[in-house]
Amino acid sequence: MTRFPIQLKPFWRDVRFWRYAGQVLAVVAIASFALLLWNNLSRNLQQLGIQLGFDFLQSQAAFDIGETPIAYSPTDPYRQALLIGLLNSLRIMVVGILLATVVGVTVGIARLSDNWLVRQLAALYVETLRNTPLLLQLFFWYFAVFLNLPATRNALVLPGSIYLSQRGILLPWLQPNTVTPIWLACLGGGLVLVGGIWFRQQQRRQQPGSASRIWLVVLSAIALAGLLAWLLTAQPPLDWDLPRQTGAGLAGGLWLSSEFATLLIGLTLYTAAFIAEIVRAGIQAVPKGQWEAARALGLQSGLVMRLVVFPQALRIIVPPLTSQYLNLAKNSSLAIAVGYPDIYFVASTTFNQTGRAVEVMLLLMGTYLSISLLISLVMNLYNRAVQVKER
Amino acid sequence: MTLNEHPLRHISSKAWTWVRQNLMSTWYNGVLTLICLWLLYQGLRWGVVWATTQADWQVIPANLSLFFVGQFPPGQIWRLWLILMLVSGLGGLSWGNRSGILPRQLRRGGLLILGLLLIAAIAVPLSLPLRVWILAVTVTFMAGFGLGYYDQGYLGKWIPLAWVFVLLAGLWLIRGGLGLKFVPTNLWSGLLLTLLTAILSILLSFPLGVLLALGRQSQLFVIRGFCILYIEIIRGFPLIGILFTAQVMLPLFLPVGTRPDRVVRAIAGLVLFSAAYLAENVRGGLQSIPRGQVEAARALGLNPVLVVWLIVLPQALRAVIPAIVGQFIGLFKDTSLLAIVGLVELTGIARSILANPNFLGDYAEVYLFVGLIYWVFCMSMSLASRRLEQQLSVREQ
Repeated sequence: MTRFPIQLKPFWRDVRFWRYAGQVLAVVAIASFALLLWNNLSRNLQQLGIQLGFDFLQSQAAFDIGETPIAYSPTDPYRQALLIGLLNSLRIMVVGILLATVVGVTVGIARLSDNWLVRQLAALYVETLRNTPLLLQLFFWYFAVFLNLPATRNALVLPGSIYLSQRGILLPWLQPNTVTPIWLACLGGGLVLVGGIWFRQQQRRQQPGSASRIWLVVLSAIALAGLLAWLLTAQPPLDWDLPRQTGAGLAGGLWLSSEFATLLIGLTLYTAAFIAEIVRAGIQAVPKGQWEAARALGLQSGLVMRLVVFPQALRIIVPPLTSQYLNLAKNSSLAIAVGYPDIYFVASTTFNQTGRAVEVMLLLMGTYLSISLLISLVMNLYNRAVQVKER
Repeated sequence: MTLNEHPLRHISSKAWTWVRQNLMSTWYNGVLTLICLWLLYQGLRWGVVWATTQADWQVIPANLSLFFVGQFPPGQIWRLWLILMLVSGLGGLSWGNRSGILPRQLRRGGLLILGLLLIAAIAVPLSLPLRVWILAVTVTFMAGFGLGYYDQGYLGKWIPLAWVFVLLAGLWLIRGGLGLKFVPTNLWSGLLLTLLTAILSILLSFPLGVLLALGRQSQLFVIRGFCILYIEIIRGFPLIGILFTAQVMLPLFLPVGTRPDRVVRAIAGLVLFSAAYLAENVRGGLQSIPRGQVEAARALGLNPVLVVWLIVLPQALRAVIPAIVGQFIGLFKDTSLLAIVGLVELTGIARSILANPNFLGDYAEVYLFVGLIYWVFCMSMSLASRRLEQQLSVREQ
């Protein structure tokens, strides 16, 4: 019997060799490309006479910012200006996401309404706003609407004491006064009481057959706390701060500048159109049998939507909703087009004044990536909560 | 004959029944209808009053050529009309070739649009050269459609090559050189620049996006890591940031002294941005292919490159065509951001028209007109995508 010698494959026929070689080749290619870019960059920067470094953040910003949630003056350093930009960005993002969700869900449900007129109006809204660019809509709102409002002397007054003028929108707002801490203490105590009752009732609810009138208990506990606070102070905790015309112009109330209001309305309506389509697709994806079974059980259509259909639709809605929130957060950078001082605008002004392209770009990238990561994390937690819990 | 047997009883009751069922089925639906009707009436009345008395519509006809071709030299606009004729001819050919028995709505809709164009060419009081060009484009489209529809297969196989030729010819006609008068890129503006940047960006980002998607699935962790890093960083950054980076930092990364053209920088920024989003869409398609396809292909002896090119990519791309068309619609709208980085495309030319002292304050008119142009393009793409989706899903069944 002949013994065949063990034949070793030549190494170039072994797929593992090619895998390693491919990775080594990729590393070499990427590294040499990065080295080439770095060389070009340093040579160009040398020619322009710019050093890389973040020390410019300590120097004085010589520009003023229109809206400052915290105190700022042009003698403050650049990092203060960038912080204010960040706060402004967060302001528009949070309010924008909340409003866009409310409007989007409403319009999405209206798209599926029984009423033909409501359905067509909702469809018109969605199709118009989805097919035009956001920048154009922002320009339209800013130049054609907000800058055409009358001067503060002849401000338009909407019912509810809302003043519209060149300066922006003034909304009636609530202000805390001297008795607010007492009210807060009483309500805090009431909430602690409610928490205790909730825990006791959780155990009760596990047993079959016990009706849990827990909402009644919660509401009466809060009402009792409110009554106690009223007896102690005889005053409501918050005062109305109504905008009004004074000799020196408009005063009072919550001031939304024209730029902020434009950005808010433009972003909200645009993103709400996309959210409406997502909500509509989610609700339509719930099998028709669920509707029919719920109606067969005797539930009215409002309850069917709230108890049966919408919770199931949420599973399909939440992932694309996350990407719409991320889009809103990134689109808020269009504030530069209307002059609202968000992080992008302030960073851009910083770059114009200092010429530090690379550092400013890195700062911006870091900021936006962190915000995107935060939104994704929170929405992924919520997503996990609404997904089907499989075995 | 009793009242119930009278032949006219159906006429009024059908309309009334429709109104009752769709507008007033419950008491709150009735209230909602009344509120909506009142709001519609107020809005329309205010809108009509504004449009007929306060609006200055003169700004649009006075600047029509600025909107569409920007500052392109007026003596050379015939080149752009030539491109339009080539595209409409080839478009008609491709469409006619692909359609089997024409669905009735398509026939009606298509005939309506052609009828409108013919009427515009003959009856509407536009200047004579304009009318001749519109007539030429319409006739070319109909000729192309007829040729494609009745083609027996000889012309059909040349269509992809013809599109490549038309793309190159179009670029040559816009740019000039080689016998035609050279038009520098700063004169490319208006809708011309919008369409040019959008089409070039989507064409160039396609290979890059597919490569990124394939790399993201690779088993080589270096390539996979690099692709994931690139995609996540680009997707986390706003587009305007990327466009500014491309305008400002691209010259810094190139050898000393090269200053790429501003349009080239803008297209580079759009390509890098779009490739990341396209990679995510294509990844969805790649994940939808059953593993058996790849295993069968390897069993047949195909090497990895051929497996991807012949088996994986055709199926993956067909699965995500709706998402890719949606991406194109988004990119078309995003070209409006070039107005902020200094390029004068459709939104930018609207701003410069508004800076003209003659038309100061005509913001609403100009922005509504520009919005209408964008809306027409995006709506037709979106309808075409829906039709395509329906066709594909029917085919899969």
